[in-house]
Amino acid sequence: MVSEQQLSAIKGSKVLMVGAGGIGCELLKTLALSGFQDIHVIDMDTIEVSNLNRQFLFRQSHVGQSKAKVARDAVLKFRPNISITPYHANVKDPDFNVDFFKQFNVVLNGLDNLDARRHVNRLCLAAGVPLVESGTTGFLGQVTVHVKGRTECYECQPKPAPKTYPVCTITSTPSKFVHCIVWAKDLLFAKLFGDKNQENDLNVHSKDGSSSSKQAEDVFERHKEENLEQYGNRIYDHVFGYNTELALSNEETWRNRNKPRPIYVKDVFSSDLASQNGNLDKSSNGDPPSLSAMASLGLKNPQDLWSLKENSKVFLEALKLFFSKREKEIGNLSFDKDDQLAVEFVTAAANIRASSFGIPLHSLFEAKGIAGNIVHAVATTNAIIAGLIVIEAIKVLQHDIKNYRMTYCLEHPSRKMLLMPVEPFEPNKSCYVCSETPLDLDINTHRSKLRDIVDKIVKAKLGMNLPLIMHRSALLYEVGDDLEEDEVANYAANLEKVLSELPTPVTGGTILTVEDLQQELKCSINIKHREEFDEEKEPDGMILSGWIQPLAAEKNGKTTVDNEVSTSSASEAVPLLTEDDDDLRIIPTITGKKRKLSDVANERKNKRKAEEPNSKNDVVLLDDEKF
Amino acid sequence: MDGEELTEQETALYDRQIRVWGADAQRRLSKSHILVSGLKGTVIEFCKNIVLAGVGSVTLIDDRVVTEELLAANFLIPHDENMYAGKSLAVLCCDSLKDFNPMVRVSVQKGDLSSFGVDFFEKFNVVVVSSCSLSTKKLVNEKCRKASKRIAFYTVDCRDSCGEIFVDLQKYLYSKKEVDEMVECLLEYSSFEEAIAIPWRSLPRRVSKLYLAMRVIERFEELESRNPGDTSIADLPDVQKLRKELCEAHSLSESMIPDALLERLLASTTEFPPVCAIIGGILGQEVIKAISGKGDPLKNFFFFDSMDGKGIIEDISIVKAEG
Ligand SMILES: [Zn+2]
Repeated sequence: MVSEQQLSAIKGSKVLMVGAGGIGCELLKTLALSGFQDIHVIDMDTIEVSNLNRQFLFRQSHVGQSKAKVARDAVLKFRPNISITPYHANVKDPDFNVDFFKQFNVVLNGLDNLDARRHVNRLCLAAGVPLVESGTTGFLGQVTVHVKGRTECYECQPKPAPKTYPVCTITSTPSKFVHCIVWAKDLLFAKLFGDKNQENDLNVHSKDGSSSSKQAEDVFERHKEENLEQYGNRIYDHVFGYNTELALSNEETWRNRNKPRPIYVKDVFSSDLASQNGNLDKSSNGDPPSLSAMASLGLKNPQDLWSLKENSKVFLEALKLFFSKREKEIGNLSFDKDDQLAVEFVTAAANIRASSFGIPLHSLFEAKGIAGNIVHAVATTNAIIAGLIVIEAIKVLQHDIKNYRMTYCLEHPSRKMLLMPVEPFEPNKSCYVCSETPLDLDINTHRSKLRDIVDKIVKAKLGMNLPLIMHRSALLYEVGDDLEEDEVANYAANLEKVLSELPTPVTGGTILTVEDLQQELKCSINIKHREEFDEEKEPDGMILSGWIQPLAAEKNGKTTVDNEVSTSSASEAVPLLTEDDDDLRIIPTITGKKRKLSDVANERKNKRKAEEPNSKNDVVLLDDEKF
Repeated sequence: MDGEELTEQETALYDRQIRVWGADAQRRLSKSHILVSGLKGTVIEFCKNIVLAGVGSVTLIDDRVVTEELLAANFLIPHDENMYAGKSLAVLCCDSLKDFNPMVRVSVQKGDLSSFGVDFFEKFNVVVVSSCSLSTKKLVNEKCRKASKRIAFYTVDCRDSCGEIFVDLQKYLYSKKEVDEMVECLLEYSSFEEAIAIPWRSLPRRVSKLYLAMRVIERFEELESRNPGDTSIADLPDVQKLRKELCEAHSLSESMIPDALLERLLASTTEFPPVCAIIGGILGQEVIKAISGKGDPLKNFFFFDSMDGKGIIEDISIVKAEG
């Protein structure tokens, strides 16, 4: 039972919950039972069937409705006298500004993506409101407390970049099934059904580096005289046959690799050409969402492994269904894990490619998990984590600073513990978010444009929404609704200018000030001119650094070690687990390093009284490829 | 691998968790039958978790009439006296739990837990008891052990911001992945009676103080014929006397069971909802592991105290002689 003091702190508090999903449902319930009277909930999502196994406030009849609103109604049934204010909105909306955040005593995150977490972290820092952050994956979870000036902020430890793959691995030398999935989803699917104007690396580059795309552009266009069957066969032969032959012609590539086998329609269906057609008529009354090549081919179990022939049938059938039944969407489609036909197409295409490259095939169920980057999620972990969040929230309300803990929920016990509390870490003095330490940017100021800085650094790396860039007192760039026409034109022109040719030239030694007015985040960037960059390792042509990792530094016995935050390096941070549906992305580099919990604790034990787990433990807190 | 395939509906609903434990485990879950007795906050949390997970059936035992106090950590029953007046906890919880997952059969069994025979318990794969006396715990555990098939037995109790889980899987054989090969593991559990009879001197050196404190209070309630959990701070002097006796009998220092801890455990009559969620979550996970055969089950006590935030496993079992 809670003490009188605790109860009055709880009753007098106003809390903001961000996210009403897996953790959110459990959290809202536990807050209400614990006596919280004034709870605000933000969630932009609507309810889906696959939520129902764990988001227990929702029922089948709620599918399609706002999570925040349905969750509120469900909780009021057993606690009718409390106030719950739902917002069916994105937490990044400008309405949720610093003043909005200031009205709360504590903010509790149950979010599913890094972007929103960073945004909330900044608003909490700017508003001076404590944040309790959380995440789960399968049986693993964690809860952390972030109080400005007292503990590290959510961004004090750089977060791992999303999983990415080098272009050439995807286009020419896949060695894992996930490479085939990325190819099928981001290249082939996008090429056939997506925006034609998007850049696409689908076609194999020949040895001299020149792309065959000039003539290939026409390959994907359906000829006037061609029926859908002929078109499908031609696409099949081109991407699985011709492109593979072309890749094979580059002998250097295959010196140390197994050569792929080109696959043509005639090879797969040599004996029974007639049977390659699915029974289109059977499925002809299907509405677009339920349209299925599997169904029309009589394949039922999504966990079954299909043969090359079955995959080929699904591929041709799905392609035909898209062009015959969903032609209006063609040109605007992007892959969606809840689009059955899209998942079937991608599964089949990835499997045919896998077959060609000697990679083991996967079921539709598995392929969907990889393509949709679907998280593993169970109700129990979410319930445990929600309980831990409330315990920390009550401490925060009582300013019980010495008892704040970050807690890991483990799958295998470490030093007899399944729930392992650790003292929170101090703020990272070099964190550009919660301290005022400047960042360094190595860049070629004679070649790179302002746009490169805005896109690759300010937005992608620093996570700013509405950035403003200044050089001393001169504004170089700004976004907003209240700009004059000439200002807009001026900034647009600046974007395309090379740095050293800007009205106030940016050169080596320049200090840029970057600011996001919504997040009330401001930081300085020291520009250092550098002539050359390694195309493979530093594909952005710039390197951001200065976001130092104090722990690695301690371990190495040095005082400071720069942690490059270039696109190419996966940061060695303590990642926060996420209930996350973020997409896989392709960029021309490899990344991803597993981090063991034992390492984390061991590195930190000298300075802080972290309880280091025994060495047998190998809980990997960073989820790798998601199967 | 045995049995029918999951239906399309099941695959869609359970998609995210099948990705955690696999389709086989999901099939085994859907064929399991769970008996639950004593429907306070922690057990309610547990019921929610296993109904969502998709077990075959859940049978609820609790004839107590609903009171304000029993509703403190209950999110299944609408907070409206007109709706619950005169009905039993089990009946009201049943109605609500059914709603969580139409694929799980939820039903009520009337009667006193201690009155059922072995043949009754044999209908279940898992028995979870809470809010019951020491003698009932022992009795039900014994009956589960006498059954012709293995029944997983669990007790769970929360007091103040502390919780305890006890597990008896009898002889439990499972396979786990070690490095790259599957290894067969055999765990031998003690019954509740056997476990708590172990002399305190031979317990692990830094055994959880919570374990000892719970035993003292359990014994106190038994001697005084109290209802489970029916204690107050006024009982402290008597409980301290009992602690002294027990510690002397076990030749253990009384400082192993601090006054402050006893005070907390005695004073509380209502549950702390965050702890219910945590203990109910851990228990749910353990029951899912035991049914599905996936993962290392805990052996054989689990303790959580929100004061220090640690969730600790203790192995308190008799070591059987070889052969
Ligand atoms: Zn920081």
